Amino acid sequence: MPDPSRHRRTRTADRLLGALCWASALAVVAVFLWLLWDLLSQGLSHLSWSFLTGTVEDAGRGGGIAPVILSTLLILLVCLAVAVPLGVGCATWLSEYQRPDGALAGAITKAVDLLASVPSIVFGLFGMVFFCQVLDLGFSITAGGLTLACMILPIIIRTTLTGLHSAPNELRLGAAALGMTRHSALRHLLIPAAVPGIVVGVTLGISRAMAETAALIFTSGYATRMPSSLSDSGRAMSVHIYDLAMNVPGGAANAAASAAILLAVLTAINFTASKLSDRWHAKAVVTR
Amino acid sequence: MTWWRNISLSRQGTDRLVGGGLGLMAVISASVVFFILIFVCRGALPALREVGLTRLLTDGRWLPASSREPQYGVTAMLAGSLLVTAGAMLLATPLGLLSALFERFYAPRNLGRWYRRVLELLAGVPSVVFGLWGLMVLVPAINRWHPPGQSLLAATLILGLMVLPTLALTASAALESVPAAYFQAASALGMGRAATILGVALPAARTGIGGGALLAAARAIGETMAVVMVCGNIAQIPGSVFDPVRPVTSTIALEMGYATAAHRSVLFATALLLILMVAGPLGLAAFVKTQQKKRTVRHA
Repeated sequence: MPDPSRHRRTRTADRLLGALCWASALAVVAVFLWLLWDLLSQGLSHLSWSFLTGTVEDAGRGGGIAPVILSTLLILLVCLAVAVPLGVGCATWLSEYQRPDGALAGAITKAVDLLASVPSIVFGLFGMVFFCQVLDLGFSITAGGLTLACMILPIIIRTTLTGLHSAPNELRLGAAALGMTRHSALRHLLIPAAVPGIVVGVTLGISRAMAETAALIFTSGYATRMPSSLSDSGRAMSVHIYDLAMNVPGGAANAAASAAILLAVLTAINFTASKLSDRWHAKAVVTR
Repeated sequence: MTWWRNISLSRQGTDRLVGGGLGLMAVISASVVFFILIFVCRGALPALREVGLTRLLTDGRWLPASSREPQYGVTAMLAGSLLVTAGAMLLATPLGLLSALFERFYAPRNLGRWYRRVLELLAGVPSVVFGLWGLMVLVPAINRWHPPGQSLLAATLILGLMVLPTLALTASAALESVPAAYFQAASALGMGRAATILGVALPAARTGIGGGALLAAARAIGETMAVVMVCGNIAQIPGSVFDPVRPVTSTIALEMGYATAAHRSVLFATALLLILMVAGPLGLAAFVKTQQKKRTVRHA
C-alpha cells in the first residue's frame, strides 16, 4: 500500500523544482532582452549610412566609424592569415603523423590547452612586448592581428582535430592500399573531409577575435584615422566601444550604436557557426 | 584511429618534407604558450628581484607612480579579483544549473531548443558590450539605490551574467551525457521528476558540471573588459558590496599604457599572479578529470 503523504511530498518537490527552473530561465531571457532593448534603443537612433561610412570626429562623439570597421577587418585578416594555416598544420600533424598516445603529441596538446586558458589581458601584455617591441612592429594592425592569432590558435586546432578525427578510417586504409603518398591522401581525402571542422573553427575564431578588446589595447592601439597600411595603428570596434564609454564623456550613444553593430555581426557569425556544426553533426551521424 | 606509419609504405621525399613542415607548425603552435610565460616572467623579474614578492604582498597601499615613496601592495587587487569572481560564481552557479535543468527536463522540446539558442547568443556577446551595458544601465540604477554605483556589486552582477551561459551550456552537456538507462531505471523505480534529477541526474553529471564551474571561474578571474568598466577601480579592500574595487586585470588594463620602470615590472608581476590564479581552478579541473577516468577504468 503506497504511502499517500509520501506521494504528496514527491509532487510538491516536483512542482517546486519545476517552478525554480522556469523562474530562472525566464530571468535569464528577461535580462537578455533587457540588454538587447537598451543597446538597440540607444544605438539604433544613431545608426545611419553616414555613420557606417563617415570618419571618426570629435574623439568619436560625432562622425562615423568607417576607419574603425576597416581596422577591424584588417586585424581580422592578419589574424586569420596566420592562425588558420598554423592551426590546421598543427592539427594535421597531431592527428595524422603522431600516435594519439605519443609523448610528443601529448605534450603539444597540453601546451595548446594551456594556451587556451591564458587570460586575454596577458595576451595583450605578451603582444605588446613581443610583437610591438622585440619584433619592432610598433602599435600596428599587424601586431594586433598576430596577438589575436595566438589567441584563436587553440580554437582552430581543436575544431580541425575534431574534423580529422571524424574522417572515416577507411579513407586512410584505402589510400594506403592504393599506394597513395601521404601528402596526396591529405590533400585529396583527409583535409577535404575535415573542411567542415575547419570552417566551424574559423567562424568561432572570427567571433572570438572580433569580441576581443583587452588583447588589442596595447598592440593595435587607439588611432582613429583611416589606416593606410598594415603597419599603421588602428582601433578595432571593441576598443572603440571601450574608449567611447570610458574616456569620452558624451560618447555613450555612439558606443551603443557601435555595440549594436558589433552584436549584430557577431550574432550572425555565431548563428552560422552553430547551424554549420549542427548540420555537420547530423550528416556525420547519417553516414556513420 | 590508425597510426599511419604502420600502414603506409610511402618513403617519398615530398612526404618527409610535408611531415617535417607540419611538425614545425605544431612545435611553433605549442611554443606560443612558453613564449608568453617567458616574456611575462622576464618582465616581472626586475620587480621580483628589487621589490620582492613579500613587499608586493605586504605593502599596505598601491601607489606605484609615487616618486617619493612608491608602494606596491597588490593584496587589495588580489582580494578584488577573488571577491568579484566568488560573487559572480555565487550568482551564476545556481542560475546556470537551473537553466540547464530547465532546458533538459522541464522545457517542452522546442522551447528548450530556443532557450539553448538564447544561451548560445548570450555566450557570444562580447565582454565590452556587457561592460557598456553595465555602465549605461546597471551602474546608474545602483547609484540611485546606494551611491557611487560603480561597485563590487555591479562587477559581480555583470560578471555573473557573463559566465552564466558557460556554466549552463557545460552543465547541459554533462546532463546530456548521462546514460538513458539511468533514467529508465529511475522511472521503473517510480521516482518523480525532482527525485530523478536530484538523486540520479545531478550526481551522475557532477564531474562535468564541476568542470564547467571551474572553467567559468577561471574565465571570471581572467576577465578584464566587463569588469574594468563597472567596478570603480579603486584599489581597496571593500567594506561592503557598494564599495568600488579594482581587480588585477583592471589594474593592468588601466595602467600599462603609461607605466614605466619599476611600476611596469610590478604590473608584469601581477600578470604572473593572474596566470597562477587562473591555473588554480583549471589545474583542479584537470586533476578531477584524471581521477574520474582512473575510477571508471577500475570499475570497468
